Amino acid sequence: MARAILFDSTLCVGCRACEEACAGRWKLPYGEDIAAEERISERKLTTVVTHGERYLRRLCMHCLDPTCTSVCPVGALEKTGLGPVVYHEARCMGCRYCMLACPFQVPSYTWSARLPKISKCDMCADRQIEGQPTACSDACPTGATITGEREELIGEARRRMAAKPSEYHSRIYGLREAGGTSVLMLAAVPFEELGMNGRIPEEPLPQLTWRVLAHVPDVVALGTVLLGGVYWITHRRDEVAAAESPKGGRR
Amino acid sequence: MTRVLRLSLWQWVFGLVMLAGTYATYIRVAHGLGGSTNLNDQFPWGLWIGFDVLCGVGLAAGGFTLAATVHIFNLKRFEPICRPAILTAFLGYLLVVLALLFDLGRPDRIWHPLIMWNTRSVMFEVAWCVTLYTTVLALEFLPLVLQRFGLRTPLRWMRKVLIPLVIAGVILSTLHQSSLGTLYLIVPHKLHALWYTPLLPLLFFVSAIAAGLAMTIFESWHSARAFGRQLELSLLAALARVLAVLLAFYLALRLLDLARRGALPLALEPRMESFLFGLEISLMLLPMLLLFRRQVRLNPAALYASAVMVIFGFVTHRLNVSITGMEAGSGVSYLPKWTEVAVTLAIVAMGFAIFRFAAGHLPVFEGARITTEEEDRRAAAAPGDAWTPAPAEGD
Ligand code: SF4
Ligand code: SF4
Repeated sequence: MARAILFDSTLCVGCRACEEACAGRWKLPYGEDIAAEERISERKLTTVVTHGERYLRRLCMHCLDPTCTSVCPVGALEKTGLGPVVYHEARCMGCRYCMLACPFQVPSYTWSARLPKISKCDMCADRQIEGQPTACSDACPTGATITGEREELIGEARRRMAAKPSEYHSRIYGLREAGGTSVLMLAAVPFEELGMNGRIPEEPLPQLTWRVLAHVPDVVALGTVLLGGVYWITHRRDEVAAAESPKGGRR
Repeated sequence: MTRVLRLSLWQWVFGLVMLAGTYATYIRVAHGLGGSTNLNDQFPWGLWIGFDVLCGVGLAAGGFTLAATVHIFNLKRFEPICRPAILTAFLGYLLVVLALLFDLGRPDRIWHPLIMWNTRSVMFEVAWCVTLYTTVLALEFLPLVLQRFGLRTPLRWMRKVLIPLVIAGVILSTLHQSSLGTLYLIVPHKLHALWYTPLLPLLFFVSAIAAGLAMTIFESWHSARAFGRQLELSLLAALARVLAVLLAFYLALRLLDLARRGALPLALEPRMESFLFGLEISLMLLPMLLLFRRQVRLNPAALYASAVMVIFGFVTHRLNVSITGMEAGSGVSYLPKWTEVAVTLAIVAMGFAIFRFAAGHLPVFEGARITTEEEDRRAAAAPGDAWTPAPAEGD
């Protein structure tokens, strides 16, 4: 069963209880200065972003087919069966390809650490195993962030949109973006107006590179045959010439 | 007199560059990536990846191109420029690995991809290919060292595996040269439409071969001057002709692709991207037009100038993909910090210095090639070493 988070921007009052709970879970310092930084970084793994009267949360979307997982050369990022995308620090060599590739610009780096690492929301993977909601869902006083089964949350989102069509923009963000994500979002206005990238394709991004990578065996096989063939032909000429020369013997 | 002065000026420059590079290295070690680069969460790859790695690997493509020309296609007359090309490639890859040690957050884990696999990752494939190909280059280069020291038995073994090695080298190069372009296929949401295309792997592969040939011309010209040798003009002119055809093919691909995707009008918008796009195309188009002319190919100065233009055009394209084209999509602008530039310059300077040293002490030039069995036997019978390298003059 795949767990997911539903965030409903129309219910969010911008109290930042989720930010504080997240900081507590990761044992990161939290205060007004950090609350004011409305950007995911090594200092805060989730943030509320203010757009006038509206608030949108940013956090790892826990993609169904995560770009970060596919690009990581050492398999340091893993999509667990339960839904969370987790990070194995001991494998990471710090190439930062995951940061470049993530369509939602999520992974951060501890740039100044002596032994730097990626920092990223892990959807409270340990709590999920115990069947608990995420720390942010637990802390949210208005029910703007809730944890549940992905299918059920999609149903819930549809019910809310059907009940109050005038209050919702007609799209569940995360249903199809980048092949679908485990974090789903609802809002009153198009998500581009709330700072989300509108250029993210619906196809899972790993497909784009896999289409090319899948040909590696072909290149190896074809290359060996072709080059071997060319070698044989070009050097055969030499052999024949040598054999036919007066010293070469045959005639 | 002027010659002495000029040389010492370059030695001065070299000394200063190395000094700055050393200090920058200290900052990198002591203050981490945060203190030594202008990179941030929005812009995680900068000059070290864009130039040192992407361009470094491409500029070293002359190695596999010429190895294939000589050993597979059996065009033996290119042998004199094959050795230096392999030397350049070998040095190039070593320097790329060095640059990676600077760029990786955990350089102590650079070996991780060898035992921790993720076959879906382009970076994983590149890591393996670069490792294997650097080994292949070392082995292709080894015969020169063996010859230099007269070690004939291992030399005989090397001759037996040379052809499979060259074939492996060509395949590995084809794979990772194109994969450097594939790396960017994953960012359709970030990379500017003037550079994002499904053809990136092909464009990177073709442009690498072109740049590799241009580098071969470039270094032949320089070593001819440094060692007071005759320039292998007829050979270089032949390369230049292939280069012109390659450039024409590359530009046709590039422009047709832009037109098909309807991205050409973007080049007219008054933005930084358009200017750098124009620069990139001009630096490929102009040398192409020049190199199609026989007079240019047979004129050393014009040939050299054209090769330099191709190298700059190539570098501009790779920096456009990795930096210019990524800025708007990432929502930030990036200019390398002085430390990033200093490290890059020091790495380039080291490349020149090591090449010069190796060229002076190993049989790289002067008709250098791997000797045949028979020649070995004759040399063994007669005293005296047939492979004493040409003395390095003009130091
Ligand atoms: S949002 Fe980014 S970091 Fe999170 S799972 Fe998707 S690709 Fe990975
Ligand atoms: S920075 Fe670490 S987690 Fe990210 S892609 Fe590189 S090795 Fe993987």
